[in-house]
Amino acid sequence: MELYRSHVLVCGGTGCHSSGSADLIEHFDRELRKFGIENEIKVVQTGCFGLCEVGPIVIVYPEGAFYSRVEDEDVTEIVSEHLVKGRIVNHLLYHDSVDEDHEIKSLDEVPFYQKQERVALRNCGVINPENIDEYIAFDGYMALGKVLTEMTPEEVIDLLKESELRGRGGAGFPAGLKWEFTYRAQGDKKFVACNADEGDPGAFMDRSILEGDPHAVIEAMTIAGYTVGADQGYIYVRAEYPIAVQRLTMAISQAREYGLLGKNILGTDFSFDLELRLGAGAFVCGEETALIASIEGERGEPRPRPPFPAVKGLFGQPTLLNNVETYANIPQIIINGPKWLQSIGTEKSKGTKVFALGGKINNTGLVEVPMGTTLREIIYEIGGGIPNGKTFKAAQTGGPSGGCIPVEHIDTPIDYDSLAAIGSMMGSGGLIVMDEDNCMVDIARFFLEFTVEESCGKCPPCRIGTRRMLDLLNKIAEGKGEEEDLDKLEELGEGIKIASLCGLGQSAPNPVLSTIKYFREEYEEHIRDKKCRAGVCQALLQYIILEDKCRSCGLCAKVCPVNAITGQKKQPYVIDQDPCIKCGACMEKCPFDAIIKR
Amino acid sequence: MMTLKELEKIRQKTLDSVNLRKDRSGTRVVVGMATCGIAAGARPVLTAFLGEIQNRNLKHITVTQTGCIGVCRLEPMVEVYLPGEDKVTYVNMSPEKVKRVVSEHLVNEQVVQEFTIGAVEKID
Repeated sequence: MELYRSHVLVCGGTGCHSSGSADLIEHFDRELRKFGIENEIKVVQTGCFGLCEVGPIVIVYPEGAFYSRVEDEDVTEIVSEHLVKGRIVNHLLYHDSVDEDHEIKSLDEVPFYQKQERVALRNCGVINPENIDEYIAFDGYMALGKVLTEMTPEEVIDLLKESELRGRGGAGFPAGLKWEFTYRAQGDKKFVACNADEGDPGAFMDRSILEGDPHAVIEAMTIAGYTVGADQGYIYVRAEYPIAVQRLTMAISQAREYGLLGKNILGTDFSFDLELRLGAGAFVCGEETALIASIEGERGEPRPRPPFPAVKGLFGQPTLLNNVETYANIPQIIINGPKWLQSIGTEKSKGTKVFALGGKINNTGLVEVPMGTTLREIIYEIGGGIPNGKTFKAAQTGGPSGGCIPVEHIDTPIDYDSLAAIGSMMGSGGLIVMDEDNCMVDIARFFLEFTVEESCGKCPPCRIGTRRMLDLLNKIAEGKGEEEDLDKLEELGEGIKIASLCGLGQSAPNPVLSTIKYFREEYEEHIRDKKCRAGVCQALLQYIILEDKCRSCGLCAKVCPVNAITGQKKQPYVIDQDPCIKCGACMEKCPFDAIIKR
Repeated sequence: MMTLKELEKIRQKTLDSVNLRKDRSGTRVVVGMATCGIAAGARPVLTAFLGEIQNRNLKHITVTQTGCIGVCRLEPMVEVYLPGEDKVTYVNMSPEKVKRVVSEHLVNEQVVQEFTIGAVEKID
């Protein structure tokens, strides 16, 4: 083993990867060789640090210097200044990571991380996900060792039940119970499967876990195999996650090499192996029965339940199916005990939850907080608030299946039950923040458009019902809405929720129903006043030149692509609303801010 | 075949190499590596520290560099921070001297008085 005096951790999560972190690693290697210090400094590619907004991120230890938005030329400076001469490059440091005296704070003192508690993400951004030894160094496979040598399947189930862990995929079903059902079910063979078909727009929690800590999922699935009595597992991951697929493949082969997958694991009688199944990206395949059909090679369509997969799943056999984040919690619970998980969270929701923060928020990224943290804490203390001094309007949790949380509920402690009580849902953990510039009709339309596209078409309520709802929303957004449309939307929505076959249809009306519930007056404005207060719905917009501000310079008329603006010297210009296509070019060009939209 | 024992062995072995990312306590050796230090030969001193520490398998010691410590005529300079102890500054360091600092100070916690800035300045 080489002793390195310094470790350079470069984030290899999806966010940083797409902003060029792979090139940075190459550049670091090149620069280190140039100075002949490649044997003293280790460059490690890690999983997501969570603060994707300021990526690519590079952290240099032992100092713990947190460099943000690192570009290629910065690497040269970090190597020649910090790594060769030991002078930390202050101007590249993430501003929140330094205190008033320019001293570097430790990571947990940085505001973004302070309120977080990383359980599922504990290794993300710390270890090299492509090196099984590093996972082992941070207690990896210790839980598996403990389970295989010291525990019976019943004991594992009891421990999980006592911990009160609930499924992190969205519905929040108690994990221990699910394991017990599968354990008790009769079958010639049993299977374990992992749902990594993360499909909500804006959600990337599971992706980051798979990319940053793939062995945690592999270890947990092996434990699950031992517990329910399965010797084969499948990870159903979407093909659109190439880095996750690559690291999982690598991790599985490393685990096989070490005898942590395969025959007689850790010298016991227990054998278990894993295979990947790549999904083609259909949203419905995140639904468990559709996912199972897809693994079997059938068309990805749901079927009625019961029988639940625990009784009749893959190839007609009892199957345990959990989500990535649920699995990532398991080894920690086995090592630290059920009391430890119970000590985190709220009365009915224990532990932590990972959220993908997106939309109108300063610190776009990945956060993990104890259950019961309020939306306000997540948005303002961790997320750094709303950009450009705008006001918070609502947050959408649970993506296209969830609902919006308006400002009056911003202090609700977030857990499964409190979110359900206010008409939203935990969902898989997407959290999209909206400000005053977002039109709620448009938001509802966006999510519904998504579910209409993704409906598999098997059951009519979902296939036809959501389409009709979308037609009504389009009508409202185009200024052709009628008073009774709102009632129609609500009636349709309630019907679709009850009558649909699977979770996709049952939850599809949620964004519409919750926006109507909390922002009814905005819908009514669209219908009655033909007005969109956020200025989003194009058909309802009017660009107007303010007479007193116009200096008749004529720039707007020149830039207008459809010649809708006319005027003459010393007279205010006028926009003819008929030909106007509402492109906004005139407003952008006007040097006197004389053009407004309303 | 992997056994629990072997797993533990891998854990211990790798833990040493990743410990750097966890805590910032423990003994720190800081080598002055500004232009003055580098010109005076700080790099061989730094690599000598790394080599000695690795040979002796000393855990929880981090070797870092810093900029100009200020007394350029006494470079290469090295500062040693033992937990709970005052900082000790060694001056005019060389790879040979490093061996003694490692064995006497880092291992046996006896400061090598004759190499410290106090001793050197007195003799002058």
